[in-house]
Amino acid sequence: MTRVTRFAHGSRVPGWDQAADLDKDPAGVPDPALVEVPAKLRAEIEAAMALYPDRRSAALPALAAAQRVHGWCSPEAIEQVACVMRLTPAYLSSVATFYDMFELEPVGPHSVYVCTNISCSLRGADALYDAIEQAAGDDPQINLRHFECLGACDIAPMVSVDQVYYGPLELADAQRLVDDLQAGREPIPDLALSRLRCADPKANA
Amino acid sequence: MPRARPRAATPILLRDIDEPGLATLEVYERRGGYQAMRKALAMDQAAVVAELDASGLRGRGGAGFPAGRKAAFLPQGDMDRYLVCNADESEPGTFKDRELMAKNPHMLIEGIVIAAHAAGASRAFIYIRGEYEQQARVLDAALAEAAAAGYIGERILGGSFSCSVVLHRGAGAYICGEETGLLDSLEGKRGNPRLKPPFPAVQGLYQGPTLINNVETLSTMPHIIAMGGAEYAKLGVSGSTGTKVVSVSGHVQRPGNYEIELGTPSREIIFDLAGGPPEGRQVKFWFPGGSSSPVLTAADLDVPYDFDSLAKAGTMLGSGAIIVVDDSTPVLDVALKLAKFYRHESCGKCTPCREGTNWTVRMLERIDAGEATPMDLDIMASVQEHIIGNCLCVLGDAMAMPIGSMIAKFRDEFEAHMHSRQLAGAL
Repeated sequence: MTRVTRFAHGSRVPGWDQAADLDKDPAGVPDPALVEVPAKLRAEIEAAMALYPDRRSAALPALAAAQRVHGWCSPEAIEQVACVMRLTPAYLSSVATFYDMFELEPVGPHSVYVCTNISCSLRGADALYDAIEQAAGDDPQINLRHFECLGACDIAPMVSVDQVYYGPLELADAQRLVDDLQAGREPIPDLALSRLRCADPKANA
Repeated sequence: MPRARPRAATPILLRDIDEPGLATLEVYERRGGYQAMRKALAMDQAAVVAELDASGLRGRGGAGFPAGRKAAFLPQGDMDRYLVCNADESEPGTFKDRELMAKNPHMLIEGIVIAAHAAGASRAFIYIRGEYEQQARVLDAALAEAAAAGYIGERILGGSFSCSVVLHRGAGAYICGEETGLLDSLEGKRGNPRLKPPFPAVQGLYQGPTLINNVETLSTMPHIIAMGGAEYAKLGVSGSTGTKVVSVSGHVQRPGNYEIELGTPSREIIFDLAGGPPEGRQVKFWFPGGSSSPVLTAADLDVPYDFDSLAKAGTMLGSGAIIVVDDSTPVLDVALKLAKFYRHESCGKCTPCREGTNWTVRMLERIDAGEATPMDLDIMASVQEHIIGNCLCVLGDAMAMPIGSMIAKFRDEFEAHMHSRQLAGAL
């Protein structure tokens, strides 16, 4: 009989199959005297908390700020956010694991999100992903991910590199994208979404 | 130079979209910006709601609920009320809000102030999806300009109405486009949808009465106030008034955003505006309202593009995103892509959705691998039926409806695919 893997995909429930350490005490709200938080990060989180009637609303902006400092939502990053926001690390972990843009493992500094949803895949996004994967090889600087519809089907197939949109890409652009990133240049600038001045695709031709 | 373009006879939302520098306050005001806000703030709250009601505007985010009636649902009384702009545009195929925010952010801000006045809200939040970083920067700059000009914040235009506007960035979750999931996310939690009722209008953000509207809905409000609700209602058709920005993508020659008057034949949008499928290919099927809408086939191309006509055709206008699939693509590929997306995005709170999306993916994979039996198609169809209406939100339905429609309309192709894979496996 084949074993059914439940939640094998479990993107929203990572760690569901890892046993909890029942002997360990749950971590409380970190003691401010014991946790060192970079001054800039602390200021950013406090500014975010001030924007809302309830400081907890700043969880997403605070985690995003910590991720920019640490590169990913490391236990250290989460502890620092917990310390400033006066929340438990467990609570913030539960939030961080829900959202795709929070990295739960160390990753390369350059994010390359390839949209492989319907509209992009109809125009060759899956082959594009493979081409970028091949071009990038095992470059630890590049964090290549499939991503769900990024809301730019007008330039399909498209990628979001370090949160900037580019498209439409030909297969040959995959190598160029990786070369540009590795050389520290702005990648494929001629394909940036911002080059399109007009809403009407015909007017941009 | 922009060329002559076939669009709505009277483009409203995209009227100035090609104007250089439209994202700046200076250009926006030169084009008549913030005049509608002045007019609205001089009216009393009930009069603004009445104009919205008279316009017949239906929400542009997906559900198509009458915007005026929604604003009127908020209870009166002395309590904190909130306005939330849903800018978490993530319905596959939809990119209209991105364009509206990036090109014309002040139109949205003006709409937010008008809606906040209508709802009596003193705090407004724009929940923008995390991936839209460039658009968030444009909005941030526009909000700073508007605040400096006294158009948002304390005592707007020196009057008695105050409304702060905060831009809140999401972090990548489709479910946060669902209004109650969005509210939980905005409160700093996992974006799990809530049980309704109570509806957000009664108990929403921080348990206070909350009006939630989509970017395009809010962007339309300045125009409704400027031209008058009755005048706006003359556009489009009865039951679906006004214009709509339609995102056309997939197998068309000119994918992009087109503003149409509601009621325009779908064929005109897909062929005249977007150029139809590539040379030598035929439309096989199309999603009329994002990936969550049941598919239509080439036989349905003459359906008028409006809420009621599409509902009559068994589908929905949804977010106004047309995805065209031509005859070069197997239906199974699209179904599998779709099911995997919803499986990934299911928040996991309700069993029918969490399990149903997973089962659907695995059954489609079985068909593709040649391991399926003919009864699997029936089981898969019944799984879809068991998802619909059985969850807190419609994410599961959003997979079940299009998958169900594909099985119903392309059953032969699913069976042929299954048999050819079985034969390939037997050899």
